Amino acid sequence: MPDLRRDANLQDADGFYADLLAVHDGLTKAESDALNARLILILSNHIGDAEVLSQALHDAAATAGRQD
Amino acid sequence: MSKIFEIPLYPYARHPDQDDNVVRRHKVIVVGAGPVGLALALDLASRDIPVLVLDENDRVSFGSRAICFAKRTLEILDRLGCGDESVDKGVTWGRGRVFFDEREIYEFDLLPEDGHKRPAFINLQQYHLEKFLFDRVQALAAAGKPIEIRGRNRVEAIGAHDDHVRLEVETPEGPYELQADWLVACDGANSPTRRMMGLDFVGRVFEDNFLIADVIMQAEFPTERWFWFDPPFNRGQSALLHRQPENVWRIDLQLGWDIDVEAEKRPERVIPRLKAMLGEDVAFELDWVSIYTFQCRRMARFRQGRVLFAGDAAHQVSPFGARGANSGIQDADNLGWKLALVLAGDAPERLIDSYNWERVYAADENITHSTRATDFITPKSEISQIFRNAVLDLAARHPFARPLVNSGRLSTPSIYDDGPLNGNDATGLPQRTRPGAPLCDAPVAEGWLLDCLPSGFALLAINIDCPKGISCDGVVLTTLSLSTDGNHALAARYLGEAAGAIYLVRPDQHVAARWLGFDKAAIEDAVARATART
Repeated sequence: MPDLRRDANLQDADGFYADLLAVHDGLTKAESDALNARLILILSNHIGDAEVLSQALHDAAATAGRQD
Repeated sequence: MSKIFEIPLYPYARHPDQDDNVVRRHKVIVVGAGPVGLALALDLASRDIPVLVLDENDRVSFGSRAICFAKRTLEILDRLGCGDESVDKGVTWGRGRVFFDEREIYEFDLLPEDGHKRPAFINLQQYHLEKFLFDRVQALAAAGKPIEIRGRNRVEAIGAHDDHVRLEVETPEGPYELQADWLVACDGANSPTRRMMGLDFVGRVFEDNFLIADVIMQAEFPTERWFWFDPPFNRGQSALLHRQPENVWRIDLQLGWDIDVEAEKRPERVIPRLKAMLGEDVAFELDWVSIYTFQCRRMARFRQGRVLFAGDAAHQVSPFGARGANSGIQDADNLGWKLALVLAGDAPERLIDSYNWERVYAADENITHSTRATDFITPKSEISQIFRNAVLDLAARHPFARPLVNSGRLSTPSIYDDGPLNGNDATGLPQRTRPGAPLCDAPVAEGWLLDCLPSGFALLAINIDCPKGISCDGVVLTTLSLSTDGNHALAARYLGEAAGAIYLVRPDQHVAARWLGFDKAAIEDAVARATART
């Protein structure tokens, strides 16, 4: 059964991060929320494997965000 | 001309039971002459089990109710003897289209496969189906089968005992009492039987109102299910359009929660809504308008001693997916043969517990599907709205997103995986016909496979020699010998890569067990299990 990759796997971490912000440039909050949702769906489909997705959902939910 | 639902079909008539000094005991009393009650009564009577149906009314149910009847329901109706009438009268369809905002985002085909007698769906007003079922009741009665309907007989009180049920029945000429070995409540979502017995019916309430309008119009829309998310004519809400026979169209518009229900039902409010949807120039006539809300819920148990619950009385779902009436008719299909075997002394009473297991399983599946569809159609939070719209935005251009679009997962029969009656499975045979699954239709030399099945247990002997007329302690198996020579559909659905197989099929056409070769002892074991003898 495949596991969610938890090691660093991005080929160009800084470049990806810059691209991620760039696609949000000039968008309203609502537009950015919609883009993020589309991105999550596209990436989830690429992963496909139910067990990996379940682990990813769990990791995301279990990481407490900063409370502002 | 009177409408069909205005004509008394089974008017009240005094019965000798009402004048008897002793209380008459009946084998099976069914409460409610809706589609579920009538289907069950037909099933029992066709097995020569005496059945009495009591209904507080004397005619088919009126107004706009169930309209979509699924392939499995049509196959059951074939077995009960009114499949052809239903399909001939109904509108056959199998394609759906989904719209978002102002554009079409995709279409889908519900049965993209040949080799089935019946289509994915027909649309037919519930009152037509009830009339066909009632006609069939009359035909069976005329042929001497033990079936009877008493109109305007309302059950007022129920006394549940270990081995029978006592009923107090109100009629236009006063009350009388009856007893039944078994009582089956098919008396709808507001089941008086359930209420009288003080039984729970808990689940989730959805805070939303939906306007149903059946309109009569000459329109160019194709015979398809059209579903809109957030259309210009009903902003922020959903809409559904479906064709019914006789130029009647079903329109279902989501209205939201905070509305004035009485005001929204008035023609001066309804007609502008419909014109916005259909176009200003389309002439139509309102046939029926109502506003409904719904819940997804079920009873904890469908068996309470000698009282059984079926259809909406036992479980309720949202209308998205056509899982209400279809699952109710499958309840009847599941229960009829079991009651018949128990009453004939061929199976122990615990066989009836498998009705509870299998149909609770099906109800949970239906509730899950219909709850998920409702959550997609009417998002309850900002983030669920964002994801819903993201799915719809992607679906137009990206096929991967289409399986996520949920405008209702349309009714398919449950497969009773791990069910208490399931016997042996053989590795390598196709998944779709595994134990617990309903048989999958296929063309055969005589016509259609499902039409060839007997009313009792059957053995399908596919490419394997198998004796005829095997008897297992009073249960006689009818052997159907089949060959896959030149029959790719039969081979694909029942053999896969195997050279041959034996299938044991229950009277409700679900697979009980299957093997790669003939083994009489194994078959006897599986029959014992399928009849709850072991």
